[in-house]
Amino acid sequence: MARKITIEPVTRVEGHGKVTIHLDDNNNVSQSRLHIVEFRGFERFVQGRPYWEAPVLVQRLCGICPVSHHLAAAKATDVIVGAGTGEGLTPTAEKMRRLMHYGQIFQSHTLHFFHLVSPDLLFGVDADPAIRNVIGVAMKHKDLAVQGVMMRKFGQEIIRATAGKKIHGTGAIPGGINKNLSLKERDEFLKGADPLNIDKMISWAQAAVDFFKDYHSKHKDMIDRFSVFPSNHLSLVRKDGALDLYHGVLRAVDPNGTKILNDVEYQEYYKYIGEEVRSWSYMKFPYLKSLGKKDGWYTVGPLARLNTCDFIPTPLAQKEFERYKAYTKGKPNNMSLHMHWARLIENLHAAEMIKKLLLDRDLQGTKLLTRGKKVHEGVGLLEAPRGTLFHHYKINDQDQIIMANLIVSTTNNNEPMNQAVSYVARSVFSGKAEITEGMMNSVEVAIRAYDPCLSCATHALGKMPLEISLHDAHGDIIDVRQK
Amino acid sequence: MSKPVVATASLAGCFGCHMSLLDIDDRILQLIDLVEFNKSPIDDIKTFTKECDIGFIEGGCCNSENVENLINFRKNCKVLISVGECAIMGGLPAMRNGIPIRECLEEAYLNCVTVDDKIIPNDEEIPMILDRVYPCHEIVKIDYFLPGCPPRADLIWEALTALLSGKPINLPYEALKYD
Ligand code: SF4
Repeated sequence: MARKITIEPVTRVEGHGKVTIHLDDNNNVSQSRLHIVEFRGFERFVQGRPYWEAPVLVQRLCGICPVSHHLAAAKATDVIVGAGTGEGLTPTAEKMRRLMHYGQIFQSHTLHFFHLVSPDLLFGVDADPAIRNVIGVAMKHKDLAVQGVMMRKFGQEIIRATAGKKIHGTGAIPGGINKNLSLKERDEFLKGADPLNIDKMISWAQAAVDFFKDYHSKHKDMIDRFSVFPSNHLSLVRKDGALDLYHGVLRAVDPNGTKILNDVEYQEYYKYIGEEVRSWSYMKFPYLKSLGKKDGWYTVGPLARLNTCDFIPTPLAQKEFERYKAYTKGKPNNMSLHMHWARLIENLHAAEMIKKLLLDRDLQGTKLLTRGKKVHEGVGLLEAPRGTLFHHYKINDQDQIIMANLIVSTTNNNEPMNQAVSYVARSVFSGKAEITEGMMNSVEVAIRAYDPCLSCATHALGKMPLEISLHDAHGDIIDVRQK
Repeated sequence: MSKPVVATASLAGCFGCHMSLLDIDDRILQLIDLVEFNKSPIDDIKTFTKECDIGFIEGGCCNSENVENLINFRKNCKVLISVGECAIMGGLPAMRNGIPIRECLEEAYLNCVTVDDKIIPNDEEIPMILDRVYPCHEIVKIDYFLPGCPPRADLIWEALTALLSGKPINLPYEALKYD
């Protein structure tokens, strides 16, 4: 009898994504899908608003990484006011924005590791869910919890010093920034009382990488074999091939490491990237036009970035990068759970970048704004914590937005997440007549590796809550389980 | 004496209000001593396991699931707080109120520069979108409102501790804003 299994988030993450798995008469998986069920209509309701509102409006799609939207929209409006892309800004503006962005990467990657991933590592994926959460960590491993809380706080304070507010700030404006960094603010970050200073942050970020490497060496099977499938990878890289999270050119590589998008400028991203709509999800499916809808899908985020870039321009992270690359003999890494490793290396890089920027006297400069000849269209891209983020606006002569197109990081990862779900579905659900807790957990772990930001596409702060229901050939529910 | 029980939900919000709760930083460790968390995305408890004292609601209602969830919170919490602009008056998502939902869908799926499929998602697996975004108090009774977008971490902390100790909260004039 053919059956359908539905895995549905039930808390707030709830209402945003669910998984359905269809079984055929022999209980083999015939189809699996991750549906994104949230829709906001942003593209339409932003029309008519003045373009300079975009950086403060759009970030309210996502409170977990609002800085990414704030800056991507600001970069698009830089183009509109004639300040050009990236290099067009004054050094003070460009570096203040970078500081804001790396502060954001640091707090977001920290949150993901300490609040989301560490409970699984510390307690094991089979532990009682009542303690396998961040509050459990706080009660049982207080030192680690304090580290997570303080690292996040440090990142948030950097954001406040550059954007004015920890969440939904206003620092970036079209063509520049509205404040510089005072020496007092700078010294607070450089020499603040322990643990709130940048040197402590770097050493804790290094310790987190070491923690993961140690865990990996003890659980190789699980980390290396869980959900592995060939994928293309896409990200921005600096013009010289370095990892750069704020600005660069678009590069994509195939599963063998061959470049399939060769360092192109992103103002005309729509020449290279298309999106497919499928009737069963509000989230679109981006693909590289040169390879077509079927084969052109790609992964973004920490794993993809370390697959596309040639090196990391800070010493400690570069050392970790070399070890990480050696593990796959320099080839692209396609192991989903290595995403955590890549994320922690980036986190170390972010901490090093913050220090480098803090020591740069340009941050105390007073030239904050650039203006040029206004144009009617602008595109802003950057690497958000979860991957490449695209913002594209057109305006009319009255400065009103008449078109907005956003491709958010999690949307870019739509097909890879679906691939991960079907990989797990095929390996654990096929041939089984009943759903077990372990089977549900596997699906959850696969999705969670992508740190899906399911509110910008929808938001998962906690682990994806799941509901699985079994359906028979007529679609009737014959069993339901929640966790 | 057993600790007061707190539950939280994010409906049609951006999660920023929850992040602002986390921005109480090290006081989170104090909070864990003061209260017990029940259903919340922070701790992964998916269904109410007991009656709660305080329910913390982020976001308004934009689809049928948000409404069901909110009604469920009202049933299970003695005190319900609308936290942030979205819960209090719909917030950014409510900018679509006044625009036919069909136009929003067409803009996203038919007119989009990177799309050429010309279809609008319509599968039975995806839920119904409401005609407009509703603030929480239009659906259920709300006991308190905490302003801001998001409310500052200090404000959230003060509100929670005031409620827990039964003392009135001091809401300074400058907190009454929706930035
Ligand atoms: S009130 Fe602001 S911070 Fe809170 S959910 Fe709404 S947009 Fe996000």
